[in-house]
Amino acid sequence: MRLQAISSNCSGCKVCQMLCSLVHFKENNPKKAALKIAGRFPAPGDYELTVCTQCGVCVDVCPTGAIQEKDGAYVLNREECIGCQACVEACPENAFVVHADETAPIKCDACGECIKYCPRGALVDADGVLQRVAK
Amino acid sequence: MYGHAGNILRVNLTDGTHSITPLPEDLAREYLGGRGFVAKLLWDEVSSGVDPLGPDNKIVAAPGPLTGVFLPGSGKLHFGAKSPATGGYGDSNVGGHISPEIKFAGYDAIIIEGKADKPVYLFIENDTIEVRDAEKYWGKGAIESETMLKHDLGEEFQIATIGPAGENMVYFACISHDFGRQAGRTGVGAVMGSKNLKAIAVRGTKSIPLANPDAVLEVGKAMFEGCFSKPGFEEWTPQGTAGVTDWVNEVGAFPTHNFMTSYFPKHSQINGEQIVNKLKITDKGCYSCPIPCGKYGRAKTPKYDVYVEGPEYETVALIGGNTEMETIEDVAYANYVCDELGLDSISGGNVVGFAMECYENGVITKEQLDGQELRFGSVHDFVWLCNQIATRQGIGDALANGVRYASEKWGKGTERYAIQVKGLEWSGYEGRYAPAMMLSYMTCDVGAHHNRSWAITYDVQAGREQLEGKAAKVIELQHVRPMFDLLCLCRLQWVELGFELDWYPKVFQAVTGEEYTWDDLMKVSERVWNLTRSFWVREIPGFGRSMDYPPARFSEEPIPTGPAEGKYIPMEGLDQLLDDYYRLRGWDLNGIPSTDKLEQLNLGFAEKVVAERRSKGVAN
Repeated sequence: MRLQAISSNCSGCKVCQMLCSLVHFKENNPKKAALKIAGRFPAPGDYELTVCTQCGVCVDVCPTGAIQEKDGAYVLNREECIGCQACVEACPENAFVVHADETAPIKCDACGECIKYCPRGALVDADGVLQRVAK
Repeated sequence: MYGHAGNILRVNLTDGTHSITPLPEDLAREYLGGRGFVAKLLWDEVSSGVDPLGPDNKIVAAPGPLTGVFLPGSGKLHFGAKSPATGGYGDSNVGGHISPEIKFAGYDAIIIEGKADKPVYLFIENDTIEVRDAEKYWGKGAIESETMLKHDLGEEFQIATIGPAGENMVYFACISHDFGRQAGRTGVGAVMGSKNLKAIAVRGTKSIPLANPDAVLEVGKAMFEGCFSKPGFEEWTPQGTAGVTDWVNEVGAFPTHNFMTSYFPKHSQINGEQIVNKLKITDKGCYSCPIPCGKYGRAKTPKYDVYVEGPEYETVALIGGNTEMETIEDVAYANYVCDELGLDSISGGNVVGFAMECYENGVITKEQLDGQELRFGSVHDFVWLCNQIATRQGIGDALANGVRYASEKWGKGTERYAIQVKGLEWSGYEGRYAPAMMLSYMTCDVGAHHNRSWAITYDVQAGREQLEGKAAKVIELQHVRPMFDLLCLCRLQWVELGFELDWYPKVFQAVTGEEYTWDDLMKVSERVWNLTRSFWVREIPGFGRSMDYPPARFSEEPIPTGPAEGKYIPMEGLDQLLDDYYRLRGWDLNGIPSTDKLEQLNLGFAEKVVAERRSKGVAN
């Protein structure tokens, strides 16, 4: 599974962010989600998504080795993170999310839940395996 | 109660102070949130008889217990104040993203009181509350000032602003948010303007307290799956609310030529398909919405080039049909002008349509307008008049107080075609061949607005000539639809997809930990309906049945053209509808809630006030 953003499909609903925070933190808080949405209004009048591409650049800069490959995704072990922000700085996509209540930044672990519940097909699996759920 | 953030924020603009107090448990249990909080707090805190545009009126902004939570459509905010348009109970809701943001900042209601001595805006970032100088934003358009504030504070801030219309206290000034969403009705924007409050800017980073996060995840997922599986999920969404335009014309209920008739022959030039083909850039939804009704787009012709959200159905009806715009670009441009000036496009289209008919009838003349004309179908004339209204110049000053005021001032039979109830301009469904819809407008608790009871589909299903049974349906809808406003959820998943209502008690329990059956929720809705009615009784001397009638056009003039040609509901019919309605509601024949009804709903405190009015001999 490779998470891919199609920003032109995004309607800004933040379902992905709520779901992400509930799945990973058991909290309902879009600002604790591992992806970003920015509205660009009034012009050009669209939304811009920022997602982790699992490029792995963060792995090499982490001083504690807290980011490890697992089933094709680079996963941040929050226990081992010291909050130095080196990964945040190094990320070429600017995809890490920082929240004041959390020592560790928030990183996508490619769980794919957001793909299954994005109402507009703005978050898709580039490998075509995961799709939006249907009853 | 879980679901709520737990706090009420009170801001006094007169001295710039604020306080944060715990949300009272009984308020949460008896009124739930949103519209319920607005109704109860206005009743308790706004003294009887205050000037709606004076410092003693208050603005309440309230999300609900489910706002911001992972379930479809949890992004609504309810604004309320004593209405300058009507003098009675006023509220209006808005989507977008500001309501969840208020919850994330930690608040279940914001009460704004007093009046600043110079333009200010309210800054809220979690526990940091500041009343800040707004000199540089004052005078700017609603969207322009939102853009400036986002630029100055950051993209994550959610902003509610007013435009020049709000600053100049136009009775139908709206509160704008998210580049094209509005709390449009009842003049809540004018109340902000009266307090010198240009904007509210909010950012919150907290989590919403949940009784059972696992259950919320499970029920929320199931609710989204339920929406995805409905045929309307794919079919309804592309055009959004404007998709209904053709149907409303086919059933002869489309406001046209200031509600003179109910069919616009050129409706296919301004329908949802035209929006998709000629304007749309992106679907733009509110927070947590799987079926984004917003169609953000660009209207570009040699005469103008603007970005605008919409037009949604109401704007298509009131600007498109009611002032007879012949292209979707003209509707969108007029929509943009209303949005930037901060005018409600419903009342805006209604008021301009009224002025155009006055011009047609010679009540307003070209000489009075310094050579300017007011022709149906002219976007140039429409825009000119909107600017006059927003700045209260010339005839714009009278029109800025709405069609009831302007018709009373101008006379000459204009009251007949001032299309309003209780002082609020009629919205997008003509009722002369739709008795349940007509009754919905007559009895709506903010004036002539459709959203409390969208009964026109019931008229079409159950028989349009028939009056029997209509009152019962209207009452049912007036409890179901405002229930969404108590929880501050969007109702369109239910209305447009047929999403099942029995999901809501389930998700309510997962979020709040409290068991409210469907009947319990309906009971709260009925409580709030009777409280808002009591507010009218308290505020308007002699309030009663006489204020529940539509203008004479609807009871005396047969529809002249289209599928509903020849139809109207004479006074006897209107009286039959009202008699049924009052009886089923437990109100007297003058439309005043009975002692038994108020006490049954735990509104004994209102009974004291209402009893006094009853005894002053409003005739039964």
